[in-house]
Amino acid sequence: MTASTTDQPLKKEQGAAQQPDSVLLHPTHEDHHIARMAAVALGLTVLENAIPSPLPGVKPGLANIVTLIVLSRYGWRIAAWVSLLRVVAGSLLFGSFLTPGFFLGLAGALCSLVILALAQHLPARWFGAVSHSILAAFAHIAGQMGVVYVWLIPHSGIAYLIPIFATAALIFGTVNGLIAARFMDNHDSPSTNHPAITDESH
Amino acid sequence: MIAGYIKPGDWLLISLAALAVVALTMTLWRGEVAEQAVIRSAGKIIHTVPLAVDQEIAVAGPLGTSIITIAKRRARISSDPSPRQYCVRQGWLQQAGEIALCLPNQVSVELTGKHKKYDSLNY
Repeated sequence: MTASTTDQPLKKEQGAAQQPDSVLLHPTHEDHHIARMAAVALGLTVLENAIPSPLPGVKPGLANIVTLIVLSRYGWRIAAWVSLLRVVAGSLLFGSFLTPGFFLGLAGALCSLVILALAQHLPARWFGAVSHSILAAFAHIAGQMGVVYVWLIPHSGIAYLIPIFATAALIFGTVNGLIAARFMDNHDSPSTNHPAITDESH
Repeated sequence: MIAGYIKPGDWLLISLAALAVVALTMTLWRGEVAEQAVIRSAGKIIHTVPLAVDQEIAVAGPLGTSIITIAKRRARISSDPSPRQYCVRQGWLQQAGEIALCLPNQVSVELTGKHKKYDSLNY
């Protein structure tokens, strides 16, 4: 399932020789790390499901904060693992695995990841977590609406809902991006950035 | 303090996204101006009248006569013999796509624009 088995081919062969009937997976440090991150994201998903939503599909997407932080700290590959693990494990947790809702979430997550793969190459000097978050949020609703249109409701009437979802994407995308940026803010605090920004504007 | 976490490119992207949302809303939610009223009795179109002309139209149905009033580019069913009076209480119709149905008397008024948009909306 993961790259871990190829990391330690020698150990695996030994294990296979001793116990031919069992397959031993040796999770690497990275696997543990991914699992921990996915667990945090999962926690946020559970939290978020407790929040009532005015319209199905309008959710803050708090778990994406974790994806954004992982993307900026550990790269896209790990972020993809965390995001997809969260989608699958979350659906198992809520009993929605392989339901339409699961596929909507999966489509949204995949679209977000594709956009993030491109967005991570934006110059970091100008674009931060907020940009990544907004782009990912819009990609998410685009993916969802695509699946809804192709599979669930093939009727142009769903276009009527797009402004609602787009507004939610803008708001929640910005807020999640800000939270992610706040978490990643270690030493280059905003107070040192601030004078530079105000200097430019004057 | 919050602004410190938003880089210049982020501001640009937020603005672009906001513009996109406004543009989407305006294109997708633009209620079309109603041009004419389509009056049906027993499912058949019996009159198609422009909203520009103020008038009253009497339509006969199985229960009696329904009276449709058109005034100030609006239309309503002002009188109907149906027992629950749903279509009368619906009041004035103004936008394209709005419709008032008097099922017992099998009379309906629908406002249409230049071209018809949705037959129905399901959610």
